[in-house]
Amino acid sequence: MQRIGVFVCHCGSNIAGTVDVKRVVEAIRTEPGVIHAEDYPYMCSEAGQQLIAKAIEEHKLTGIVVCSCSPRMHEATFRKAAANAGINSFMVEIANIREHCSWIHKDVEEGTEKAVILARAAIAKLNLDTPLQPGESRVVKRALVIGGGIAGIQSALDIADAGYEVDIVEKTPSIGGRMSQLDKTFPTLDCSACILTPKMVEAAAHEKINIYTYSEVEKVSGFVGDFKVDIRKKARYVDSTKCTGCGLCQEKCPSKKAPSEFNRGLNTRSAIYTPFAQAIPNVPVIDTENCLKFKTGKCGICQKICAAGAVDYEQQDEIITREYGAIVVATGFDTIKLDKYDEYAYSQSKDVVTSLELERIMNAAGPTKGHLERLSDGKAPKNIVFIQCVGSRCSDGRGKSYCSKICCMYTAKHAMLIRDKYPDTNVTVFYIDVRTPGKNFDEFYRRAVEDYHVNYVKGQVGKVMPQPDGSLLVQGVDLIDNKQIKMNADMVVLATAIEPDPSVRNIATMLTASIDTNNFLTESHAKLRPVESPTAGVFLSGVCQGPKDIPETVAQAGAAAVKAIGLLAKDKLTTNPCTAQADILLCNGCSTCANVCPYGAISYENIQINDHGIREERRVAVVNNALCQGCGACTVACPSGAMDLQGFSNRQILAEVDAICR
Amino acid sequence: MSLNNEFKPKIVAFCCNWCSYAGADLAGSSRLAYPADVKIIRVPCSCRVNPMFILRAFEKGADGVIMCGCHPGDCHYSTGNYYARRRMTLLFSMLDYLGIERARTRVEWVSAAEGVKFSQTMNEFVEDIRKLGKNVRLEDLRCRN
Ligand SMILES: Cc1cc2nc3c(=O)[nH]c(=O)nc-3n(C[C@H](O)[C@H](O)[C@H](O)COP(=O)(O)OP(=O)(O)OC[C@H]3O[C@@H](n4cnc5c(N)ncnc54)[C@H](O)[C@@H]3O)c2cc1C
Ligand code: SF4
Ligand code: SF4
Ligand code: FES
Repeated sequence: MQRIGVFVCHCGSNIAGTVDVKRVVEAIRTEPGVIHAEDYPYMCSEAGQQLIAKAIEEHKLTGIVVCSCSPRMHEATFRKAAANAGINSFMVEIANIREHCSWIHKDVEEGTEKAVILARAAIAKLNLDTPLQPGESRVVKRALVIGGGIAGIQSALDIADAGYEVDIVEKTPSIGGRMSQLDKTFPTLDCSACILTPKMVEAAAHEKINIYTYSEVEKVSGFVGDFKVDIRKKARYVDSTKCTGCGLCQEKCPSKKAPSEFNRGLNTRSAIYTPFAQAIPNVPVIDTENCLKFKTGKCGICQKICAAGAVDYEQQDEIITREYGAIVVATGFDTIKLDKYDEYAYSQSKDVVTSLELERIMNAAGPTKGHLERLSDGKAPKNIVFIQCVGSRCSDGRGKSYCSKICCMYTAKHAMLIRDKYPDTNVTVFYIDVRTPGKNFDEFYRRAVEDYHVNYVKGQVGKVMPQPDGSLLVQGVDLIDNKQIKMNADMVVLATAIEPDPSVRNIATMLTASIDTNNFLTESHAKLRPVESPTAGVFLSGVCQGPKDIPETVAQAGAAAVKAIGLLAKDKLTTNPCTAQADILLCNGCSTCANVCPYGAISYENIQINDHGIREERRVAVVNNALCQGCGACTVACPSGAMDLQGFSNRQILAEVDAICR
Repeated sequence: MSLNNEFKPKIVAFCCNWCSYAGADLAGSSRLAYPADVKIIRVPCSCRVNPMFILRAFEKGADGVIMCGCHPGDCHYSTGNYYARRRMTLLFSMLDYLGIERARTRVEWVSAAEGVKFSQTMNEFVEDIRKLGKNVRLEDLRCRN
């Protein structure tokens, strides 16, 4: 028989406001096994934990039930307190009477009644708890970073500087991410490449960092501390150990009509290419869809002219398998597709561009060599209209419900840069709100208005209509003067919403990391664990977790690195002891369980059994505790009821059901 | 038992630890109310829910049982909710056979970020059960106390 102590927390007024804690204490005193019950304003406080320890000692308790906040908040705290007081840390059950009770019910009567029932269920479960001992598992001292944008680069550098090996897996031919496509950066006006390139070079030169570009994660198995990852190195058709990066092949390649991904399709590139001049590694790849050799079998010019003999049309994709202790996801973002926003005439006019396209147009290495010109006729625009929130903060289901966060600031940047370089150009910005929370952000925006006389109009644009003379008629409203506006523009720039890179879904599935309805990776706790995924050992860096600018991305990348370092610094991890176990007297060796186990944790052994006096050798299921993650799939699959899960046994769950339905 | 005559259904909600339980926590911290009739049991994964647990709840007088897990493809253990889905489909057809109203059981996928969905689902479910009234068909009177 257990000796149970029940501790009911007020959580200030968070619980006590809608649950009569005194009544809960009295109501559960007579439950089986309960020999002590009390309440306290803050159980999780030092004093609260001491009170628990004292009760354990005084009443020789064998287990405790804490009625408090969610076990996801303080289960660990109370387990530790119990262990310090000398009882097994798994002899602790939490009744969640805050998130699942006091916070959602207003009526004290109802709240109290429910809290009592939840406490009873926890007591019923605890009565069947057995002490459990966690095992140990190893920590592979290497981290994987998925995505080589500024977030991935920064996380990798920080982890490597702490002395651990890091692999970066980047799907495109070069690291750098979106930041490499930007021209200047707010809230100063630094040149993006000037601050990014040194970081790229540093990562490439770091002895602890290994970069796999043009590569993708193909398969992930294992768990925190001990992940096993298959990486597909796509065939570049250029041997990186031989290539000197001279660039002659790109010059001589006769197939030059492929749209340049780096320049957002605004110009073309050759079939053998590096995405941009500062690419790292400076080794080209062959795009087989556009390569004449691959399409027709004829050509082969690049191979002929390559003095280093690096071009190899026979190269194959290669799968490498590596082990990691920690994984940082930094897969970043893309801008949304605009097919649902036809009113802005993006598909009809070359002079309607997205902000990211404008970055390329303004960039000296871009399609117009940095001259601000209309893509239709090469003329300098005299009137430019910016439209904010295209697809952001959208309630009609066409776009995203969230604010993309960076657009107000980059548009102020664009407007200022244009007015600075081309003072004769008129710039108008249509906005819903201007959002500039951030250090020096509002000052930056005000400079655009006050010093550069950018015309900000609060209101939305309804339609952009291409005119026969090549101009664009912009129709909108001015909400402050409450009037319709019609104006002619030579160029329209759409501040297009951003969304997570589409490949993140697949990555999340492989890592069993959760994502929200917008495909942003979910953090373990929105406030307290913002860079950790709920999946142990997986950390989040950059825009894959939510919209952010570069300073925030870099800060978060550092935070994710610190968490990864904290993990890698450990020599051993304790494993979850809530694993499956077969009752050898019931198991008939049918193999059903091994078929459903996602971790291959179950094998079969022939062992001597003494079944009520009958001695015989039987084939029975044996669970490898180090591999079992405790999902419970096998327990339900087992036809003879032999398989059970420690900590969540059939009897325990049924006891909870019974207590709730009583 | 409440004294007034308003029907207060007994509802058991099995929630997987990684998504739906966290979704319920989020509903709580966002103060998204749903009726106190719902009592949550935490399980590691939806695949830990044995259809027997659901039948037992009905036997013990539950008026509705709902199971929530991660969205298909997002299970913390990769495949757990696929097993759960298949098992529940089988259970549902058996409930049909037993003459238990289908609407007394439900499976819903709720992620850790979907506090709103959790609360909405529970409100709807309780409403459905209230309409159905008390579960008399499967309740084993010997279990009543
Ligand atoms: C038009 C525009 C202007 C901007 N201007 C500014 C500015 O002035 N100042 C500022 O602070 N911020 C600015 N930003 C924001 C800035 O671009 C981002 O904050 C920053 O790029 C985020 O970095 P990241 O590493 O998280 O993502 P990304 O830069 O998107 O990098 C992600 C990387 O991961 C790779 N990847 C994706 N999926 C996979 C996969 N499955 N496997 C392997 N690799 C993968 C991608 O190829 C990419 O290299 C601007 C953004 C836009 C759109
Ligand atoms: S509980 Fe899950 S992980 Fe453990 S043996 Fe059973 S099926 Fe495998
Ligand atoms: S399913 Fe059950 S009976 Fe069959 S091998 Fe596994 S534990 Fe034994
Ligand atoms: S962990 Fe949520 S359904 Fe498997």
